[in-house]
Amino acid sequence: MSKETKKNRNPYIADILLIPPDQYSHQTAERVALLRREKVERPTIFVGAGTCGMIAGASQTMLSIQMYLNDHLMKADVVEVGCIGLCQFEPIVDVQLPGKNRISFKNITPEKVYSLLDAVFNNTIDSVDVLGQFESRHLVPWEDVPFINRLPFFKKQKRLVLENCGLINPSSIEEYLARGGYKAYAKAIQNYTSTEICEIIEQSGLRGRGGGGYATGKKWMIARQTQSDQKYLICNADESDPGAFMDRALIEGDPHKLIEGIAIAAYAVGASQAFIYIRSEYKKAIQTLKNAIDSAKEFGLIGSNILDSSVNFYLNIKMGSGAFVCGEETALINNMEGRRGTPEPKPPYPATQGLFSHPTVINNVETLANVPLIIQNGPTWFAGLGTPTSHGTKVFAVTGKVEYNGLVEIEMGRSFREIIYDICGGIKDFKDFKAMQIGGPSGACLGEACLDLHIDYESLKQEGAMMGSGGLVVMDESACMVDIARFFMNFLQHESCGKCIPCREGTRRMWEILESITKKPVEGQEHQSLERFKGVLMLEELATVVAETSLCGLGKTAPNPVISTLRYFRDEYEEHIFERKCRANVCNGLRTFYIHTEKCTGCTICYRKCPTSAIIGTQRNPHFIVQDKCIGCGICYDVCKFDAVSVH
Amino acid sequence: MNQGFISIIKRSSMLFSIEVNNKVITAQRGETILECLKRNGVFVPTLCHIEGYSPTGACRICVVEVEGRPDLVPSCSHPVEEWMKIKTHSPRVIRARRAIAEMLLSNHPDDCLYCGRNGNCELQNLAIDLNLREKRFSGSKNTLKNDYASVSIMREPSKCILCGRCVRLCETEQVVAAVDFIGRGNQMTIGTSYNHGLSSRNCHHCGQCILICPTGALSEQQHIAKVQEALHNPEKHLVAQFSPALSVGLNENLGIKAGKTADHIIVAALSKIGFSKVFDTGLATDLNILENASLLAKQIREGESMPMFTSCCPSWLHYAETFHPSILPCISPVLSPQQIMSVLIKKIYASEMRLRAEDIYTVGLMPCTAKKYEILRQEMLIDDLNMTDAVLTTRELARFIKLYGIDVNNIEPMLPHSPFHIRSTAAKLYGVSGGVTEAILRTVYFLLTGVELEPYKIGEVRSGSGPKFFTMEAGKYKVKTAVVSGMSQVQKLLKEIEAGKKNLNFIEVMACPGGCINGGGQKIGASDKDIKTRSKVLYEMDEKENIRVAHKNPIVHELYQKYFDAPLSNKAVEFLHRRRLEKKMEGNEQIL
Repeated sequence: MSKETKKNRNPYIADILLIPPDQYSHQTAERVALLRREKVERPTIFVGAGTCGMIAGASQTMLSIQMYLNDHLMKADVVEVGCIGLCQFEPIVDVQLPGKNRISFKNITPEKVYSLLDAVFNNTIDSVDVLGQFESRHLVPWEDVPFINRLPFFKKQKRLVLENCGLINPSSIEEYLARGGYKAYAKAIQNYTSTEICEIIEQSGLRGRGGGGYATGKKWMIARQTQSDQKYLICNADESDPGAFMDRALIEGDPHKLIEGIAIAAYAVGASQAFIYIRSEYKKAIQTLKNAIDSAKEFGLIGSNILDSSVNFYLNIKMGSGAFVCGEETALINNMEGRRGTPEPKPPYPATQGLFSHPTVINNVETLANVPLIIQNGPTWFAGLGTPTSHGTKVFAVTGKVEYNGLVEIEMGRSFREIIYDICGGIKDFKDFKAMQIGGPSGACLGEACLDLHIDYESLKQEGAMMGSGGLVVMDESACMVDIARFFMNFLQHESCGKCIPCREGTRRMWEILESITKKPVEGQEHQSLERFKGVLMLEELATVVAETSLCGLGKTAPNPVISTLRYFRDEYEEHIFERKCRANVCNGLRTFYIHTEKCTGCTICYRKCPTSAIIGTQRNPHFIVQDKCIGCGICYDVCKFDAVSVH
Repeated sequence: MNQGFISIIKRSSMLFSIEVNNKVITAQRGETILECLKRNGVFVPTLCHIEGYSPTGACRICVVEVEGRPDLVPSCSHPVEEWMKIKTHSPRVIRARRAIAEMLLSNHPDDCLYCGRNGNCELQNLAIDLNLREKRFSGSKNTLKNDYASVSIMREPSKCILCGRCVRLCETEQVVAAVDFIGRGNQMTIGTSYNHGLSSRNCHHCGQCILICPTGALSEQQHIAKVQEALHNPEKHLVAQFSPALSVGLNENLGIKAGKTADHIIVAALSKIGFSKVFDTGLATDLNILENASLLAKQIREGESMPMFTSCCPSWLHYAETFHPSILPCISPVLSPQQIMSVLIKKIYASEMRLRAEDIYTVGLMPCTAKKYEILRQEMLIDDLNMTDAVLTTRELARFIKLYGIDVNNIEPMLPHSPFHIRSTAAKLYGVSGGVTEAILRTVYFLLTGVELEPYKIGEVRSGSGPKFFTMEAGKYKVKTAVVSGMSQVQKLLKEIEAGKKNLNFIEVMACPGGCINGGGQKIGASDKDIKTRSKVLYEMDEKENIRVAHKNPIVHELYQKYFDAPLSNKAVEFLHRRRLEKKMEGNEQIL
């Protein structure tokens, strides 16, 4: 392709990317202002259409909006944006009228659309659905509407990686360019050698956001210095931890940030070919990425001879096949090569001998999304953020029993208390905090004592947890920690690849011991408590050996749910074993149900619903539970309308 | 940096010292911890490790403690580094090893007494070495169905410890990948394609997987019961034949001193048990040599451009039929020695003894699991009669002899029975890779030049394990030969031939690395040294005895005179050659 045709195809590259903002021509400045939504020519409606928005019904909302516009013969732009982070309030609809601030509304179901848009266009907004308005220098603010960045949820966050998420149109590369996108890439390939980029990243102290926290710059340097005719860069987007969705939200909301990060990393490593390994369940994210890659190709940012610099960069998407273990580097490589996704012993590390035996750098999505920021703002800026050992910010996907579920990005060094109580509004329904599960299934359950822990890699490691990818599940007093450990152990025993013995057999035995603790004790067996107690002692030994000897990260961290719950909630284990009691009334086997005769009206609903026919009684007479037959499923408790069933 | 400079740096820093168990030992750069420890006489147990293969690090039994590392390090896959201070038997290591072995045993059927590998099992040995005396972990076990689908190899997946040795061997050494991992987590098993059992065409019955399996998960299909039944049937006339590689491997199984051939013990023991006749397969081998040599000599005289492949290995035949059907016309049509001997027994011996062929029960004593498959091949069904009725492997024969209470230490040796009692030593060489070539070349030389080869020994095809190439000059002719054993070598050579890179007259193929002396029916757990001893016995026999070429065997001449006219004559083709494959295809019969 000749230079001329290339220029014809992407006029913005020369105008926006390669000229500093203060030297923009009037025409470009106008265009950039429009793209940055500093002004709009006609009403613009933004709909949160990430996966979380879609699940909440954003597509119906969008249809409704279209119908409203058609009915009123109005001309307005409807833009699909990613998730802004408050997944709880999806579908979120923003409206920006010409000359006025963009204003955001929560929980806009299709039936609310007509009244909402009527109100907005008539300037009589109802405060119930309002989330807030965006601050802007150029536009007129709405009266009596709070500014969104001053809401508690956003106030304490430091949104760097997520800065564009939910604000820009993910399918428009021009909007990203207008917001300073790809400037870091241009800067990198025009001003720095690849070694310099590695050094900058090393100076910044960026560490892998996917789990272990290995220094990213160091990893790149190793791969850069390894002699090979071909090198690869892989972006690991195989996000499989239950309750973690940072990568998905980032890709859906701001795909070009990731692509830019990958491009810079590939340049630094000396890889002309990069891959994004993404789990196939992320349909929307994959589609967004595909569109983004296509438009980046069209703009000459992916391909050969990028920005006339003789740098080549190709990017492809590889879909995973749905195995948790394939998030592990060597298993991922095996899978990409078309083999069974099982881990291989390290060394050799992928940085020296990876995909098809070539040096390969594998980085997490969030790690790579940090790269453009570092190149743009310099390593000292980044190193200034966070704690002495962990720099920058970290995105957490906060789920569970908190008031606001969603994506939270905070500076390293903040405490969990700030995330849970200040940002996410505390525990739901005025209950008490009990535990938080951090770092996915092989992460740890931390107790109340850790609430004031300053979050960084080292402090978490000290507590037996790990940063992991950033899932944070908050639990209140209704959770049973033995049951939680059992749940994660079950997950891990299913997701273990089965290659090495400790992980394959150890996870199963640990799960079985936990099962036996949470089961109904068999009558007539002597010394049962002692046996069960011995089980716990064995659990500790198994956990140690599995952690010490397993082949890959999955196995090495598999005992974490057990170790950490034993560490912080040992009393609950003891209660389960000796008193045969589950204080949260979660473990079926340890629950006993009774029917209060004075409250029971004899409606027979429990009698009819009981799966084991353990309830006897006749109409209009109090019922009775035969304990020998009862399996503790709790259906009678759930169906009783008169609170006559109680649990002990 | 140029290559020379790098190599100088490498050489100067090849050796360094590390600390192991508070002692300083020398390590070489690039070797694994396990290799270094082994060289220095420190024993570390392993399960999944196979020497010469790239490590998988699956079993974790070989973990050692390295100072400064939070976890334990697998010695089989981790390279040695200068700073290392290693402890191979610290309390932490021993605890971990024991726990891993206990975990493994917690999912293992506790039926050692009924297991074929009882007493010769790596898992048992590990449990003994680690002094496991109590079952601490118990829980659910995977119950899996046994796989009886194959005619030669039986799989008992519940005994499998998933070390993956058979998977790696079948994929890399035997290049057919008949087994692989299926499923994940604790539901992972080793299975066959579509889980249809090992009868899949991929498996060519070589039985190398049995030799490498650390437990009893893989074993041969037993024919002992069949033979016993025939033995107890008064109407049956039992005739056995034994192969050279079996006689040199039997002693190890019987627990008597290796390094001798067991020919005479086999004859004596089986006669005692109740066999009417015991023949040495060697005579049939001599016939095979003569037929093959005549064919090869003819091809060379006629200037045939295509090479001739040997046909005595049924695994190889099966492999060629499955993966390289285009070269089938190049494979020698002569029956294998076992097949020839069975034909001799059921056709000639039967008529001479005035016996009905269906009353004769022939048992092949072979070092090979594929022979169990061979006896069921179409060409072995002559007049609706199986020429060989059962095959006992070396291991089975040893068990069989013990079953009948034969004291092999105090038995009076007996010579093989007439009428098939004379064989050349060339026939004995068939047991070792390179031996077939040597035996046939001796006769080919005689056929081409009219004079005997001097000396008989062809050293070029005897040494080394890799593919061997040798060109013999016989008068005005040149005979270019190649010797390959192990399917990976075969595959490579076939590719070269197809690409036109190699121009050969004769190619000897054996599916097992090293030939029949390392066959799938031989003793499990034999070392390289044991296998070398077996070949040494065969070569020594060749040195000492008088009849060293097939064409000097008087019985061979007698047989040709009486029954087969001459090599490659119509009668010889009828009895000693495979029925043509095309014929088989026409009938649309299923190939086993």
